Amino acid sequence: MKGRLDEQTIALRAAREFADGSVVNLGYGMPGLCANAIPEGRTIFFQSENGMLGYGSLAGDAEKDYEMINASDQPVTPLNGMCFFDSAASFDMIRGGHIDIVVLGAYQVSEKGDLANWGRPGRPATGMGGGMDLAAGAKKVIVTMLHTTKTGEPRIVKNCTYPLTARRCVSAIVTDLAFIEVTGEGLVLKEIAPGWTVPEVQSLTEAKLMPADDLKEIEL
Amino acid sequence: MVLDKVFKSCDEAVKDIFDGATVMVGGFGSFGGLPINLITALSRQGAKDLTIIANMGGVGFELSKRIKPGGYQDLGILFERGQVKKFIGSVPALGGMPPDSPLEKLYNEGKVELEIIPQGTLAERIRCGAGGLGGFYTTVGVGTVVEKGKEKKVMNGKEYILETPLTADFALIKAHKADTLGNLVYRKTARCFNPIMATAAGTTIVEVDELVKVGQLDPEVVVTPHVYVHRIVEVRG
Repeated sequence: MKGRLDEQTIALRAAREFADGSVVNLGYGMPGLCANAIPEGRTIFFQSENGMLGYGSLAGDAEKDYEMINASDQPVTPLNGMCFFDSAASFDMIRGGHIDIVVLGAYQVSEKGDLANWGRPGRPATGMGGGMDLAAGAKKVIVTMLHTTKTGEPRIVKNCTYPLTARRCVSAIVTDLAFIEVTGEGLVLKEIAPGWTVPEVQSLTEAKLMPADDLKEIEL
Repeated sequence: MVLDKVFKSCDEAVKDIFDGATVMVGGFGSFGGLPINLITALSRQGAKDLTIIANMGGVGFELSKRIKPGGYQDLGILFERGQVKKFIGSVPALGGMPPDSPLEKLYNEGKVELEIIPQGTLAERIRCGAGGLGGFYTTVGVGTVVEKGKEKKVMNGKEYILETPLTADFALIKAHKADTLGNLVYRKTARCFNPIMATAAGTTIVEVDELVKVGQLDPEVVVTPHVYVHRIVEVRG
């Protein structure tokens, strides 16, 4: 059956990139699902820009504490070894290169890895939050997003037309159709959703995709 | 130094916030660390033409009902009541929400000014203001709208932009406990912007869950030293 991956599955695929012992920050929205998608047997230290390192999964209704929330205002659970700090210390950690991976949502990613994830037409009062700091400071930026907009427009483009978050910062893109690596030579299509062909995915992508020699179906 | 810092009510503690004042408001978003009792006292007090420095602009009571049954108050109340001239922060309005927050409606009507800055840059500008520094160079925002009008400099082959300090006339802060001198400790992620804003204002006003006697806070765990704190109100939950 030819379907598109759901958000939980996209998060699962992104979380497979977390090496054992990584410090990982999860952006607003879909990336937050990665907290509940850690591969079996790996220890991941989740950092949240409001000042927390080493939290657990998203909290169930019975255990919600609104003084223990991630940066998406969602209550999370405690873990042994966790710690709290203020916003200035948190962004020292972020800008100073102490975050291994950040997973961010996006409106658009360009073929060079430029990221646009905070502003869009008609909404001049929205803000970038910690996205610019994270995109500039994390060692690796992974984007999770839907491959196209609600009206079917490609989000993976030659040049971003939405306001930029940072230039040339994205390393990998996980969508409901593909896993793509951003390289110096361009966008490499590494994995593809079950049942989809390369021309079909390319037709929904403005930027040129280069199929990898070992191109395979997305595996979880 | 003021020795008598304990106020009986939030209304009394915010009484002299004047029209045109710059006010930092601690917290992060709508929950966890927002000094909501001081915010609602300021809304009753009615000071106008305020410049508000905060991470987020608030959702507002009407819009909040779509997120949480019964709704909640946040910084949106100051915009609803037309008390704010300018907002400086990293998320004036949430892109994931309908464009109906009090701040976003006012902005779209041309009734409030905005300065939108990256969250870490906001934190660091406040820290510079608190520490008497003239500013700092950062790579955050290079190649984006954030660099507009700012000095740029290349150091070690990297492009940086100059960011300048932020201070305020007043800071409204939420802490977990204070002693009567004003030493503060926080609870979990309710710490966030509170400790840095507490250090950057002429008058720092704090609401706490619990007020204790001097000597009852472990000096090893005090986060905000009392020298920064001018007014304390205990608000028992």
